[in-house]
Amino acid sequence: MNHWLVAPVMLPPVVAALLLFGMHRSLRLGRAVALGSCLSLLVIAVSLLVEADGGIIQTYQMGDWAAPFGIVLVLDRLSALMLVLTAALATLVLVHVIATDLDRQGWHFHPMFQFQLLGLNGAFLTGDLFNLFVFFEVLLIASYGLMLHGQGAARLRAGVHYVVANLVGSTLFLVGVGLLYGVTGTLNFADMAVRVGALPPGDQGLARAGGLLLLVVFGLKAALLPLHLWLPQTYSATSAPVAALFAIMTKVGVYAIIRVFTLVFGAQAGALAFFAQPWLLPAALLTVVVGFIGLFAARSLRELAAYGVIGSTGTLLTAIALFEPAALAAGLYYLPHTTLAGATLFLLADLVARRRGSQQDRLVQGPRFPWTEPLSAFFLLAAVAVAGLPPLSGFVGKLLILSSAQAHPAAGWIWAAILGTTVLVVLGFARAGSLLFWKSAAVGEPLRPAPAQHSRAEFLALAALFGLLVALAALALPVTRYMEATAEQVLAPQPTIDAILTDRRGGA
Amino acid sequence: MSLEFLVASAIAVLSAAGIYLCLRGRTFPVVLGLAMLSYAINVFLFAVGRLMIDRPPIYDKSAAGYTDPLPQALVLTAIVIAFGMTALVVVLALRTYLETGSDQVDGHPDEHASSDGDGPAEGDAAA
Repeated sequence: MNHWLVAPVMLPPVVAALLLFGMHRSLRLGRAVALGSCLSLLVIAVSLLVEADGGIIQTYQMGDWAAPFGIVLVLDRLSALMLVLTAALATLVLVHVIATDLDRQGWHFHPMFQFQLLGLNGAFLTGDLFNLFVFFEVLLIASYGLMLHGQGAARLRAGVHYVVANLVGSTLFLVGVGLLYGVTGTLNFADMAVRVGALPPGDQGLARAGGLLLLVVFGLKAALLPLHLWLPQTYSATSAPVAALFAIMTKVGVYAIIRVFTLVFGAQAGALAFFAQPWLLPAALLTVVVGFIGLFAARSLRELAAYGVIGSTGTLLTAIALFEPAALAAGLYYLPHTTLAGATLFLLADLVARRRGSQQDRLVQGPRFPWTEPLSAFFLLAAVAVAGLPPLSGFVGKLLILSSAQAHPAAGWIWAAILGTTVLVVLGFARAGSLLFWKSAAVGEPLRPAPAQHSRAEFLALAALFGLLVALAALALPVTRYMEATAEQVLAPQPTIDAILTDRRGGA
Repeated sequence: MSLEFLVASAIAVLSAAGIYLCLRGRTFPVVLGLAMLSYAINVFLFAVGRLMIDRPPIYDKSAAGYTDPLPQALVLTAIVIAFGMTALVVVLALRTYLETGSDQVDGHPDEHASSDGDGPAEGDAAA
């Protein structure tokens, strides 16, 4: 067993406990330790990614209990990819938080941040359904704390909605888990995949109901169409760097959809193979359209970014809903892009809001503010990234998705939705950008910078995120190769099932 | 009446009450509704291991059969999580009430707040 596999789940809680008990008095020490934890997670995740790229699926059995009975962590290409993405995003967001002093606005920001990472990493590594639920709860509880960090009436009001919606979601998750356990008698993904394939016809309806309930829950996390209403309010009410970290939260829902509906209800599942597709594809297409139309209703830059997140997650789910290797690979290429692009917009909103005084990031005309020129250039780049125009990676992602959907019966709908909404994104961002940057020139006296507040360090995380987007486009060939291998591995689950269920000590 | 019918109808009544309360306009009924829903789920999870009477969950030489121990472990985890979350929602709802002055879920100010608020005050004054 490779013991490094457990590090992404063990390191954050240990660091969080240290931060809670020992370091809340010294902010500088706390920041250094939290940043060190994020950087170590990044190094561990990258080395795990290199190992996973060998094609061998690694498992880690907690306490050495054999697989269907004990708790098992599984590392394949998909989970390694998500770990790297989480660690990279978390590091950059933390750099931004430290540069802008967000962690001074309340207590215990850093421990909650680490617990959030624990939940995310655990959800990406776990090999059974109940621990997926537990890690979902861990990341949600931490996200409640992060979301409310800094407080204020609007944030609390949105917080109540966010918490209640997610609690109802957790309840449905347990119903789905219970139904699937009731018919299969197991919670381990691999064991469940074997048993779902051999279900008698009388039990298939219950398994289907359980699977669809899980789809509802994951759809709620991914802000899939009828379940997206919580997202704009939550993301626009919370502080922008936290919202940037939450850009990965919708992808947890997407990851769970891929995991459950390719492994448990995948090619092995007989009558139940890919039964979610007729539900998922229309919902995803509607999410693309409604999410990007929402750009026109946005009243602030953060709300604009939130609707961008909804629309691009819909684009991502459209590719995944086809359940074909080429489309899944295209979707997986688009996944890191949309996460990073969403985070970029939120960080940009934060930088704009910090310079505009009382108007914050609201989309209203106001006087010119310091650093207008570099910020407007960054805004243009962010718009290019979200819209999926060349030269950034979104263009490659959308192109791959469109070309992989060519042969599909619903190709017309997919092409129309994705190409049509690209125009909407361009228009939506043009409206927001001209209000914020161009029309500001005509109004009143320009605002003067407060000297201590505006350091260049604030731009570090934003510039690094753009660097990653450019790298993703420049390294498109090796990245797409990795994603193709990932899609093949995910869509042919038999080796994964064998790897999880085989006892390493030689027994059956 | 069979045991299955009793358990199933209990789950149904708890869920119905939970859903109704969750859809109410004030935070306190919503919190109660969430608690009701979590009770319903706990009983449901307990029942997915099949209802057994007088059977041990762990190995016993004289046992004729076993009941499934796993759902009981799941219920225990679910109870702990639901308990923690209920506490969090109560604190959050209270804090929101104190900050916004309204216990409406949508945060709009209460239309009847002034008349409700005046009632006891007048009574006190009269007393």
